[in-house]
Amino acid sequence: MTAPAIYINGALHVAQNLLIDGFEITLTAGGWSALLGPSGVGKTSLLRLIADLPCAAHLDGHIKAGDGAPIGPRVAMMAQDDQLLPWANTLDNIMICARLRGEDVQSDRAAALLADVGLAGFERRKPAQMSAGQRQRVALARTLYEDRAIVLLDEPFSALDVMTRYAAQDLAAELLAGRTVFLITHDPAEAVRLADVAWIVTQTGISACPLPSTAPPRAPDAASTLSAQATLLQCMRQITVTGIA
Amino acid sequence: MLNATRTLLRGLLVLLVFLFVWQTTVSLSGVPRFILPGPMLVAQALWDNAALLWQNTLWSAGNLGIGLTIGIILGVETALLLALSQRARWLLRPMLVVAQAVPVFALAPVITLWLGYGMPSKVVTIALVTYFPIASALFDRLVTLPAGLSDLSHLSGASRWREMRFLRLPHAVPGLLSGLRLAVVYGPLAVLIGEWVGSSQGLGHLMLMSNGRGQTALMFAALLVLACLSLCLWVAVEALSRWATRLLGTCEYATG
Ligand SMILES: Nc1ncnc2c1ncn2[C@@H]1O[C@H](COP(=O)(O)OP(=O)(O)O)[C@@H](O)[C@H]1O
Ligand SMILES: [Mg+2]
Repeated sequence: MTAPAIYINGALHVAQNLLIDGFEITLTAGGWSALLGPSGVGKTSLLRLIADLPCAAHLDGHIKAGDGAPIGPRVAMMAQDDQLLPWANTLDNIMICARLRGEDVQSDRAAALLADVGLAGFERRKPAQMSAGQRQRVALARTLYEDRAIVLLDEPFSALDVMTRYAAQDLAAELLAGRTVFLITHDPAEAVRLADVAWIVTQTGISACPLPSTAPPRAPDAASTLSAQATLLQCMRQITVTGIA
Repeated sequence: MLNATRTLLRGLLVLLVFLFVWQTTVSLSGVPRFILPGPMLVAQALWDNAALLWQNTLWSAGNLGIGLTIGIILGVETALLLALSQRARWLLRPMLVVAQAVPVFALAPVITLWLGYGMPSKVVTIALVTYFPIASALFDRLVTLPAGLSDLSHLSGASRWREMRFLRLPHAVPGLLSGLRLAVVYGPLAVLIGEWVGSSQGLGHLMLMSNGRGQTALMFAALLVLACLSLCLWVAVEALSRWATRLLGTCEYATG
């Protein structure tokens, strides 16, 4: 599995309204790219367009993989809402995409991933019997089970408490190493911990942000992480006040 | 289980109070027995005409069973066909909508005219009346897959069949159950109407006959048997629905 870079340019509209003005970004091949921005700006729409899912928004531009092959079939996506089947237990939820493709399922691997996300013993639970954070971790396990070269994560750890979030971030960083990961988040700390490149998105466009020179995943309490986080916050504040220059 | 027992006991209590009020009203007011017989007389009629009632019950219940089965099978098949085929939807969907607006019961005389007084006209009436609620309730659920689940299917490149089997069908189970709930209410009504329009057997026929002969107690007894039949069906659907809920969880797709 070789993870391609993904090149995206253009402007994003929904029903004649401008969402994001002309931009150009390249997702790092085999690395983590993070996109930070206020809610309603069009992050989820952009993600859906990359995954080739039906979407109300329209991109006047291009989305291309570095190797020129189609992107859709190589994508695993973790959506903002967990998208778990309410009638299926945890294991069946993790393996549903394989079932939908008509593949044989590997319940041992699913159970191992469930243990990795800290939910060993939850194999037979239904979504209604779990907390939002636990459901989000099941959705993460499902995304990992997919084992795809391109992984799109839409605010994946938003429902987790701080310590569980760090653990889930470390796990995702480890298990998704070498894949092209596009992380959407509203948490500057998350972008600073995990990303190789990070952008801030507003209606006026997308601009790059400085990150520490060390390799991710970065310690959440290291001085360089904290100072980068402060810089990022400043950037975000400035941009929301003045717009991207 | 405790809950069901308690409901049953409560129902029994209400029934006893009702019977008591009924008997007292009849005894005190002196209403002639051919207008309103008391519960004692009805019980007497039930006992005296046991063989007659049993024979007519078998006929009505048999028709109901066959008609319901046909209605359910055809309803489920129609819903699946409409959900799977765009062309079938284009052709048949308007019919389903119209049929919901027109009272299908009104067709009973026509059906009797065409198929005669025997079993076929009864079975067809019952099947027709149960077919539409099942088909439309199931179809509505089959085609309203929540956006999140339809994304999963899209991302996986699922075939229509696998999407049906793993996503749409389990999602639509509550639709089938609410269709069944309507069907077991409409079914016994269709039995009555079918037999009133024209029949030489059955509980509805027996009610009509005994009413004409002033055997009001027997009419009430036949009505009671039919009510018991409806109750049995209702209990069966409730049990099925409990079992499905336990198996499938709440079935409601939670967002956010
Ligand atoms: N069907 C639609 N019609 C019109 N506008 C829409 C539709 N769906 C979403 N939008 C708008 O598109 C914008 C972007 O939505 P989204 O991509 O979900 O934002 P984000 O993920 O950044 O919070 C929102 O402002 C929303 O109001
Ligand atoms: Mg979003």
